[in-house]
Amino acid sequence: MAKSDPFNKDLNVINIGLSSFKENVEEAGAHAVQVDWKPPAELDKKILNVLSNNESYIEKQNKKCLEKILKGAPVLIDLDRAIDVIPGMKKNLILHAGPSITWERMCGPMRGAIIGALMYEGMAKNPKEAEKLASSGEIEYAPCHEHKTVGPMAGIVSASMPVFVLKNETFGNHAYCTMNEGLGKVLRYGAFSDDVVKKLKWMEAVLYPALKKAVRELGKIDLKNLIAQALHMGDEVHNRNRAATSLFYRTIAPVVIKTNDKDIAIKVLEFINGNDHFFLNLSMPACKVTLDAARNIKGSSVVVAMTRNGTDFGLQLSGTKNQWFVGQAPIPDALFFPGYTKNDANRDIGDSSITETNGLGGFAIAASPAIVQFIGGAAKDALNYSQEMYEITAGENNMYQIPALNFRGTPTGIDVIKVNEKGILPFIDTGVAHKKPGVGQVGAGVLSAPYEPFKKALAGFITSLDKKEKNK
Amino acid sequence: MVIKGKINKGEYFDSVTLMIVAQKLNGLDGVLDAAVVMNTEENRSILDASGLFIPEFRKAESSDLLICVKAKTDEDAKEALQHVDGILDSIRKEMSDTEDFLPKSLDTALKSMPDANLVLISIAGKYAEREAMKALKKGLHVMIFSDNVPLEDEIALKTYAHEKGLFVMGPDCGTAIINGIPLAFANVVKRGNVGIVAASGTGLQEISSILSDRGVGISQAIGTGGRDVKKEVGGIMFLQALDALDRDENTQVIVLASKPPAEVVVDKIVEKSKDIKKPIVAVFLGSDKKILTDTKIIPAHTLEQAALIAEKISKDENWHSVEDYLGKRKADLVDEKRIFNIIQNFSDKQKYIRGLFCGGTLCEEAQIILQDMVADVYNNITLDKEFVLKDPWKSKKNTLIDIGADEFTLGRPHPMIDYSLRNRRILQEVKDKNVAVILFDVVLGFGSNMYPAEELVPIIKGAQSQSTGKEIIFICSVTGTKEDPQDKKMVINELKKAGVFVFESNAAAAEYAGLIIQNISYKRAKEQSYGKK
Repeated sequence: MAKSDPFNKDLNVINIGLSSFKENVEEAGAHAVQVDWKPPAELDKKILNVLSNNESYIEKQNKKCLEKILKGAPVLIDLDRAIDVIPGMKKNLILHAGPSITWERMCGPMRGAIIGALMYEGMAKNPKEAEKLASSGEIEYAPCHEHKTVGPMAGIVSASMPVFVLKNETFGNHAYCTMNEGLGKVLRYGAFSDDVVKKLKWMEAVLYPALKKAVRELGKIDLKNLIAQALHMGDEVHNRNRAATSLFYRTIAPVVIKTNDKDIAIKVLEFINGNDHFFLNLSMPACKVTLDAARNIKGSSVVVAMTRNGTDFGLQLSGTKNQWFVGQAPIPDALFFPGYTKNDANRDIGDSSITETNGLGGFAIAASPAIVQFIGGAAKDALNYSQEMYEITAGENNMYQIPALNFRGTPTGIDVIKVNEKGILPFIDTGVAHKKPGVGQVGAGVLSAPYEPFKKALAGFITSLDKKEKNK
Repeated sequence: MVIKGKINKGEYFDSVTLMIVAQKLNGLDGVLDAAVVMNTEENRSILDASGLFIPEFRKAESSDLLICVKAKTDEDAKEALQHVDGILDSIRKEMSDTEDFLPKSLDTALKSMPDANLVLISIAGKYAEREAMKALKKGLHVMIFSDNVPLEDEIALKTYAHEKGLFVMGPDCGTAIINGIPLAFANVVKRGNVGIVAASGTGLQEISSILSDRGVGISQAIGTGGRDVKKEVGGIMFLQALDALDRDENTQVIVLASKPPAEVVVDKIVEKSKDIKKPIVAVFLGSDKKILTDTKIIPAHTLEQAALIAEKISKDENWHSVEDYLGKRKADLVDEKRIFNIIQNFSDKQKYIRGLFCGGTLCEEAQIILQDMVADVYNNITLDKEFVLKDPWKSKKNTLIDIGADEFTLGRPHPMIDYSLRNRRILQEVKDKNVAVILFDVVLGFGSNMYPAEELVPIIKGAQSQSTGKEIIFICSVTGTKEDPQDKKMVINELKKAGVFVFESNAAAAEYAGLIIQNISYKRAKEQSYGKK
């Protein structure tokens, strides 16, 4: 016992509360660290008891889960048609971003994107016909996430759309994502004009086969490595993909030229070059294929999916199988393009928050000084935001690093218990869609995830622990 | 409605900055819409679509910045355009640093300080237990300054900590000095060979300060919180601290300070003391003197006496001389002609003391001293029904008030920091024609009010001028050391200049106040007997 007496050695104090006490300790010559403490969310006594009874078990399971995330090795191996590769894909099925939702409850951009997709598929001749079909019950809807897929914004995937095929080399699972259409009037923001469909058709007829040939020629592209480099070059691969797109371009350009006619190669390369966000549709499935391997670890409170459908915000935990925990999606308080205001903004939308779930995007914003203006302007703010996210994650990434934090690994593996205990919500980079279909992007910014789904997820997690005990 | 624009030649800003600028312009009165963009093809089409593309822009080059506002009046538009450059300038300046990141939790704090060994907690009581338990599980000692921590939480924390050999000081522990570092409300003391265990914050401050200013240093001063020595907690930490000081090679004398502990706790302390070779001095304020008879523990009646005995032992001198010294000091005070002079200036009605304390233990000590000297000492701390004030906001005869008691501190900073409540009470008391003496304490050290003299002197002067014709005597003690940040010497001088009788121990101040009141009665009694003749 004597060993632990605090006497006769340097006193190092952690001060939780009045900051003057910290200053006094320092003035007297000892070291002190101030905790910027705030009251935790009011948690039910019963919940706290279950958590404290299972503390070491949960810790062990979360460690397991984090290990799986860190070991994930996402590579791009191919491109193919959705219907040929996405499990469960069929002609009358449309995949969408976010948790499950009915046509009636869908927001404008999502409806618009579905209208566009039905016309693209040739199932409707005009928007009116498409809308009728969409609400007829003949078309089925399901979350991308439930089909090993992710999609930005509306995230609409229909049967004949070409998709990237990714593999997690460590665990053998796959994930899928469409190709990014670029900016302006695009399907993912709910635009469905003839131009939109025409572009999608071009992507199907020209871009897809050309890239498929090129990727097959290369065999695979190591996305984890590419993302790690991009973080060192100022991307966080959610709102900023300029470096990652450039790196991808450097990798793919020679083989695109090698495997395609010159005219096609030029158009394909111009298309990629003209769209800084091209890589978003690779960073997202890279995160998805990584996190999917960490699913279904009993007793793990780590979040494996966090996503929005423009109406609801939903999340899934490793320890609660495929259960969704859902709450209302927030309206982003963002910076708006000229002519638009918050009144035009749709509720938060897209599967792209899979990047934050994997410790990128908003969690890695400290790596991306170019976009720190979204959060107040000073580079230090970005550092602070990333650092705050360490409070709610199970650990740090082994590959993805933040140069400005002495190459510290990005905060990885959101722990729903920590989110609830500390009242700190995940920080998400986001683009803002106009609430009316077809208008497109109206701004960009950052926001905190809503509390409600995290509260529900903790309750659901507690129930899953109870079940475990009964099974014994 | 007016649309006006301008071109800033060759000025580059990234698009996000420009969105912020546009947002600021949009916030101006009279501005309906605004755009601030670099001159790219894409941006031109955006401007065109929102009706903000003016013909002038056709002349712009790709390195130019385009600014356009749609406003209610020509004046509004002009003003907004003038405003832009100011905004751009201020945004450039804002690029400088903001606040450093502070960890939001114990876990994260531990990452930046892996060798932390103590957690000081001063958040609202209902949250303190969770943070304290987390700290204990990480193997860290804990000091809980917070009050209003449920008793069962205190017991659980201390039981757990005791098993792991860790300290939980508090809850409601105002003071500790560990390895010479003052924690929370504590004084800057010399390091030395006297170790203190106290279930009383100001008690600890008083003893350690007296010792330090007399050249005797403190090895460790461990606060336990007042409830530790009650039956329910059973002295877990009090006894653990006693053990620790016994083990500590730098401690040669041990001082125990507390309000009366529960009987079972006294028994345990006595039992433990049998195995301890180091001398132990104890002041259990207000408890029966006999409880320590036939034990090896040396009992002291006041905090000051405990300090003085410890001083003697620490210096290897005969501690029995302390009693003589205190007796002589009292005699010296009595002898002073000044008492006679003071009394001369009182009106016939002036005969009571009003004591206003920010230190709870100091109030208690004054009570113990004064109740032996004068009759009818009322207060807000005693359990003695006869003398407890029904309304602590209203004094009666001789009254001693602990302004740090719950009824006063709810929703306010402690009176050791914030003097305002006591200041008002001083002004209230002097309006009472029967009041002769205002007795109060000044506690220095970290955490306490940094400017005691500056805040008290004007109040005292005001009180003297407001008192009803005749003089009022102010007596105070200053608890603290010369090394404390407030500059003790200066504080004492300023108070003396304002006519305050200043003492360096609370016991002496109380004693002097008692002497004055006693002398008033003698004088009146004499006058009456002369009058009768």
